[in-house]
Formats: sequence, structure tokens, C-alpha cells
Amino acid sequence: MSATANLAPMAPGTDEATVTPLVRLANVQKSFGAVKVLDGVSFEVERGEVAVIIGQSGSGKSTALRCIDALEKFEQGTIHVCGHAVHDKDLDRRALRRDVGIVFQSYNLFPHLTVEQNIMLAPTCVKSMRKAEARELARTALARVGLADKATQYPEQLSGGQQQRVAIARSLAMMPKVMLFDEVTSALDPQLTAEVLKVMEGLARDGMTMILVTHEMGFARKVASKIIYMYRGKVWESGPASMLDQPQTKELSMFVGTGLK
Amino acid sequence: MGYHFDFAALLPYWRDFAMGILLTLQLSAVSTVLGFVLGTLCAIGRSDGTRLIRTSLAIYIEVIRNTPLLVQIFLVYFGIATLGIHVSANMAAVTALVVNVVAYTSEIMRAGLESIHKSQLEAADCLGLSRAQIYWHVILRPAIERVYPALTSQYVLLMLASSITSQISAEELTAVANRIQSDTFRSFETYIIVGILYILLSFVVRIAFWAFGQGLFVRRRKLGTPL
Repeated sequence: MSATANLAPMAPGTDEATVTPLVRLANVQKSFGAVKVLDGVSFEVERGEVAVIIGQSGSGKSTALRCIDALEKFEQGTIHVCGHAVHDKDLDRRALRRDVGIVFQSYNLFPHLTVEQNIMLAPTCVKSMRKAEARELARTALARVGLADKATQYPEQLSGGQQQRVAIARSLAMMPKVMLFDEVTSALDPQLTAEVLKVMEGLARDGMTMILVTHEMGFARKVASKIIYMYRGKVWESGPASMLDQPQTKELSMFVGTGLK
Repeated sequence: MGYHFDFAALLPYWRDFAMGILLTLQLSAVSTVLGFVLGTLCAIGRSDGTRLIRTSLAIYIEVIRNTPLLVQIFLVYFGIATLGIHVSANMAAVTALVVNVVAYTSEIMRAGLESIHKSQLEAADCLGLSRAQIYWHVILRPAIERVYPALTSQYVLLMLASSITSQISAEELTAVANRIQSDTFRSFETYIIVGILYILLSFVVRIAFWAFGQGLFVRRRKLGTPL
């Protein structure tokens, strides 16, 4: 319902395609050997939404996120992302990656390149952007994450929080339609976590469609337009952020209880 | 010990020594460049190629690494002749040296490529880079940087090993020395001079590699830390 709110008003009988959510998982199943990590996962994320996936370790949240960017194969179900059918054998992975940005827990910056070069690489390689233009873009992206003064430094000269913000800027520079964040603050201390979360909050405010896996419950309450609680490879409960205050299931109740009170 | 050193007897041959040095440097430079490029491609083929490519490369590499260089040189030299193709001794020498050093380079570079963490590839892949772009921009430079000392040693060794091509009468430094000592009967002096010249040549190769590394590994030059 809130989904349609930020789209243009719909004329009666509007084509189904125009109301299709940006990301849609339907009955996704995946096993690692005998272990079923995703057991029929379905959810949708609309344009401009911030979906936060929470759950215990091993509940399948990261795997679900990685499936969206075709980093993991899955046996059954369908995933549609910005018009790409991820489950399709003939998926154009590079086209998918133009629309989807992902940031990892371990930053994964390229150590031999400066901060600026890290950001310029994909626009010059993938979009054949000219160097000067890409540099301009890199500076803009860096300013957005508050690191305009670090352009010519190397990743190892930065703190973990700064490196993670560079990683976010690197993804942003490709102007993705959806950003995925896979436990991006899990390796950081509280202070560094705060500076990364601030950047992500800014993105959410600017209307970026985001799906994130996190253990930061406070942050989830603050920015989430939708919470997806996963338990044993299933979407156990989902709804607006307020659902954390009135859990419908025993499992979520225990999960938020142990986490916060 | 009544040996009387007479280095002066070699003085008239300075031009021959110089020509020998020149050819040794040329042989080494050409085999170094070709060997590095082809060796790197082999390393990529061996870790990323089809099963057929991987197996063929593995066989080639093991054959080369388990046979003497001199035998390889003879095989190339007489092998090419048997095919009815006429090539100069120098050409045969370069070919043999390249065939040899590619195998060793491939193994060194494979270690370098394998040292690059999978997460680097994943990040580049997610940014939309193609396989070739990932190799060129993300993997290759750090991989070379990690194994650069090993590569340098291998190519110094290649320069020294080029002396063996004197056996097929490539006119490099050792071949020149062989000729001079049989002309002058000053064998000991000749090989002392040649030994010293090889030490100097080794320095030249090392300095060349150092300078190339300074240009290639900008981060290391600026920060001075290992990757």
C-alpha cells in the first residue's frame, strides 16, 4: 500500500508492468549440500523503499541478498531485479550489475589503487567514461560520503569506517537503481559504525532503494520502510518498522528481546 | 704456483667482448619480455582455462621444468632444422630460452594470481567489469607485485643461462670468450673477465627490474609498505 504512494498516481487499468516492484523474490530455494539455507523466500521491495533483513546468524539473510545480485545460484523460485530475471539461465550478469550496487562487510577496495582510482575504475571500464569526467564523478561521490579530502590516499591509509564509505561511494558512482548492503558495519567499532550508518541514512533520505542485512536494530527502526525477519531460511515475519515493537511470532519476540532489552 | 697472469693479451679483444655483452643483453631482453608476457598468459590459462588448456599447459610446464636447458636448446635447434625451417643460431637461442622461461614464469605468476583474494574478484565482478578488465585492472598488478622478487631472480637466472646457448654457436658473451681463449691460450684470464662481466650484467638486470617496479608499483613507491 505504501508502495504505490511514492509512484505516480495510477490510472485505472494501468499495465501490470508499471507497478512491478523493483525487486521481487518468489519462493526462492537454495541448499548448501543437505542444508536448506533458503526455504521458499518471497518478498518485494518497491522503488524508494529501504528494506532491512534481520535474523539470527545462519537464517539465510546474506544468502538471500547475494542471490539478488546473482552471486549465489539458487535451485528454485524466481527473482526479478529492475527488469532482469536473475533466475534465467541467459541472465546478462553485467547488465544486472549496472543496475545493482553491493557493499560488503569486508569493503573489498582495490589496495593498489588510490581512493579516487577505486571509484573511477568501473565508470571508465564499464561505461567508457572519460578519465576527467570519471574523476569529477569520483569527487562528487566522495563528497557525498564525507571523504572529499581522501581522494589521492590509498585504502590502507584509511580507517575501516572510511574504507567502507569509499566502498559505498564506489558503488554509488555507477548510479545503481538498487543498493545492497551486506552487514557493512559488522567489522567496525561503534564510532566507525555510526559514521557509516550516517552515510546510509543520507542515501535513504535521498530516496535510494536499499536492501540491507544488518544487526543494528536501532538503525533498522530508524530507516526501514520494511523489515523482513528471517528464520531458518524463511521470511518469518515482515512489515513496517513498528512490527519490532509488536512481534507477532515467538521467534521475533525472542530475537528483538535478546537484542535490546 | 708459477702461473703468470697476463690480462694485457686480452686487450685487443675488447671489441669482441663488447659485442658478446651486447648480444647477451639482446637475447636476455627479448626472452624476458616474451617470456613474461607468454608466461603470464599461461598462468591465466592454467588457472582459468578450459580443462584441455589446463592439462596441456600443465604437461608443457612439467616437461620443461624436468629437463635440462641444454637439452631443450638442442631440441629446439635441431628440431627446427628437421622441420626444414632455416633459422639463425640466435633465433633458435631466443626460442629455446623463451620456451624455457615461460614455464618457470607461469608457475611464479600462478602463485601471484592465486594470492589475490576471491573477494577482490567478486567486488570487481559486481561493479560490472568484464573478465579481461578484472585481470588487467584488479588482479595483474598486485599479483606481479607479490611475486616480483621471485620474478627478478628468475630473469637474472635467464640472463646467466643464456651462456648455454654458446653451445649452438649463438655469438653471446660466453661464445666470444670460448673463441678468445682458444686464440690467446689465456683461458683463466678470459673466464675471470667474463665472470666479472656477468656479475656486472646481473646488476644491470636487477637495476632494470627495480626501475620497472618503481614505475609499476606506485603505491609501494609512495608508502613503502608491502601489499
